[in-house]
Amino acid sequence: MEKLFALTPYIPLFPLLAFALIVLWANKNNKLSAGLAIAGLGLSTIISWLIAIATIVGGEHVQVEGWSLTIPWLPTGTGVFNMGFAVDGFTAAMLFMVPFVSSLIFIYASEYMEGDSRYARFFAYVSLFVSGMLTLVVADNLLLLFIAWEIMGLCSYLLIGFWFEKDSAKKAGLKAFLTTRVGDVLFFGGMLLLYSQTGTLTFREIFTPAVLERLAEATIWGQPASVVISLLIFGGAVGKSAQFPLHVWLPDAMEGPTPVSAMIHAATMVSAGVYLVARMLPLFAVVPVGSLQWVAIIGAITAFFGATIGIAQNDIKRVLAYSTISQLGYMMIGLGLGGFLAGIFHLLTHSFFKALLFLGSGSVIHAMEHGAHHAHDHETDPQDMMNMGGLANRMKKTYIAYMAGTLALVGIVPFAGFFSKDEILAEAWHQAGGFNFGSIAFWAWLAGLLGAFVTALYMGRQIGLVFLGKPRTKLAEHAVEPGKRMTYPLLVLGFFALTLGFINIPKNVPIIGNGWLHEFAGLIYESTEVLNLEALPLNWGLAGVATIIGLAGFFGGIALYRGHQAGQSDPMVKLLGRPLFTLLKNKYYVDEFYFAVIINPVVKLANFAGKFDYDWVINPIVNFVGNTGKWLSIVSGEFDRVVVDGLGVLGTARFFRWMGKELRYTQTGQVQNYLLVIALVSLSLVGAYLFGLGF
Amino acid sequence: MSAIPLSWWIFVATALFMIGFYVALTRKNAIAILIGLELMLNATNINLVAFDRYITPARVEGQVFAVFVIAIAAAEAAVALAIFIAAYRRRGTVDVENLDSMKF
Repeated sequence: MEKLFALTPYIPLFPLLAFALIVLWANKNNKLSAGLAIAGLGLSTIISWLIAIATIVGGEHVQVEGWSLTIPWLPTGTGVFNMGFAVDGFTAAMLFMVPFVSSLIFIYASEYMEGDSRYARFFAYVSLFVSGMLTLVVADNLLLLFIAWEIMGLCSYLLIGFWFEKDSAKKAGLKAFLTTRVGDVLFFGGMLLLYSQTGTLTFREIFTPAVLERLAEATIWGQPASVVISLLIFGGAVGKSAQFPLHVWLPDAMEGPTPVSAMIHAATMVSAGVYLVARMLPLFAVVPVGSLQWVAIIGAITAFFGATIGIAQNDIKRVLAYSTISQLGYMMIGLGLGGFLAGIFHLLTHSFFKALLFLGSGSVIHAMEHGAHHAHDHETDPQDMMNMGGLANRMKKTYIAYMAGTLALVGIVPFAGFFSKDEILAEAWHQAGGFNFGSIAFWAWLAGLLGAFVTALYMGRQIGLVFLGKPRTKLAEHAVEPGKRMTYPLLVLGFFALTLGFINIPKNVPIIGNGWLHEFAGLIYESTEVLNLEALPLNWGLAGVATIIGLAGFFGGIALYRGHQAGQSDPMVKLLGRPLFTLLKNKYYVDEFYFAVIINPVVKLANFAGKFDYDWVINPIVNFVGNTGKWLSIVSGEFDRVVVDGLGVLGTARFFRWMGKELRYTQTGQVQNYLLVIALVSLSLVGAYLFGLGF
Repeated sequence: MSAIPLSWWIFVATALFMIGFYVALTRKNAIAILIGLELMLNATNINLVAFDRYITPARVEGQVFAVFVIAIAAAEAAVALAIFIAAYRRRGTVDVENLDSMKF
């Protein structure tokens, strides 16, 4: 079994190969391109699962210590910089999730994208993306991880702007790229500092008690090095995982095709930030009151406020986008409180049920577009939930799967989200030690709990608006369930949304309690001695409260919206009051704030710089230099023409021509004249000689 | 012979030269000019031989020179006469006033 690990480097290779083949060879053939992409990823999935199985079979030895392959890559002045791959329990868990969810999305996309003029290109991009994500997961050092991270950033940009004919899509791509770039720069800075402090970027070399100790004691700018570095790295995660205040790009990213939203902006790429924080968690935790609390604070803010925005949005995908932001916030809460497993458990379950929800919403949009086609109505927005209604009867499979995803997100027993979200809340409650108003953990718990209620509310609203009640437009009346390639992946994901929570039921639950994932993936950083990795028992009271809150929000949402009629004002307006609703609808005006404080000044500065360049200084200088040269050359040309050519060359010629003309009269042609001249000259010379004149 | 002083020879040579020169300058017939040239060459020959005899009697360069001059004068006369015949054939005259196509 151990030999299987040698296959690890091939996991990212196959999708990369598929990408290259599609771009260079198969791009004219849509079916072949999709086939190549699915086959490449399929191979990766098989290998990944083999490796996951090998990790399970390998027992604690492999799961905790891990397997790694180190390749000396770049000789530096003092040593060798190593690249390489590593697999441990955490990686194996990611390897179980990433390629599998992605391949389901690929299959789904092969139908969803049909008829698109850039079908093959889509599969090239997503293959490259998956290759990046898989590289990120198996990387054993921060640099390789960063490279993969940037590949994903590029693919995200390309895929958000995939329909670049639309101005909004173009802008959304740019926004995503620039916003995440802010985080990436911080991440890169952190990485450089880390390298300068330790001389290595390989995880297993950094996460030894000795190195961590050294990082905690060294100082940068008066702070412990570990705190500075980990906060910078967290900056990268904030950008990638769309945490407050860099969350603004993710909702706009919904301009991309829905499978992209499902894969990149819900299931995998945005969780890369969480993965990064989890991977680097010992560095965050080595100083007790250091950077970790900030992870929790940012997570709590994002979890609660992201969720509240979700209840005022009408675009089906935007609701899910804010939900994603909020759920990523939960993961950050979990990690920020030192609950390594709580964070990654929610990461895994969320990937499944959020991919499911996005694909379900894609299925709904697809159906609505079909209805629009049928009703010859291309004015009505097929993504606006206010235009839907009663779709449950028209698309049963989607409805069932969507309900599974919703219940998982809301956190209803026994769906996956219940166990993972509860683990985070339990961690927070445990750290707070009850109603302790001075503790960050308590506020994180409160934010999480209220966020859970709001989450349930907007999901109830969504179910009520989309699937229940009566159709509110012709589009919804004529909606048709899409084909098998779209519905079956939904059902498979639905199955996992229902069951994935069972892999880590706390041990104190009778009969089915196992705590399996905790032992499998949760103990990898035990040896660093800085993390508190004990598994928490299920807190029945907390779980009960969370469930009741979830159910209340969910059914409240359904009750409010199932009877919603076309043209009616949103019941939420009455419930929250117009000002608060407007505030939520406009996402707390964060975008406007950025425009006012950052973007507009930057644009102004750019305009100023442009004026400076074009009108005031640089261009005039360039023009001055150019014109001076021009005038100089004209003068020099005139000098050449008049003095050199005219006076020098032609003048000489003219002079001699004139002389010749004048002197030619001496040439009489009479030999005797010449003879006479010769004689006279000779005589003169002889005479001069004889009389001593000058000789 | 030695009774005759060198200057006399020089006078004869000079006279002969000037006669030749005068002929060469004034006659219009090319053959006459050639004759004038021959006279000047022979005047030179007299000088060469006379100086050789009077100044370096032990050496023969002057006389050798004179022989060369005679030989070259003969060659020159042959070439010149050939040219004149060619000119006559073409133009019907050997009057140098009419042989002026070289002038501008």
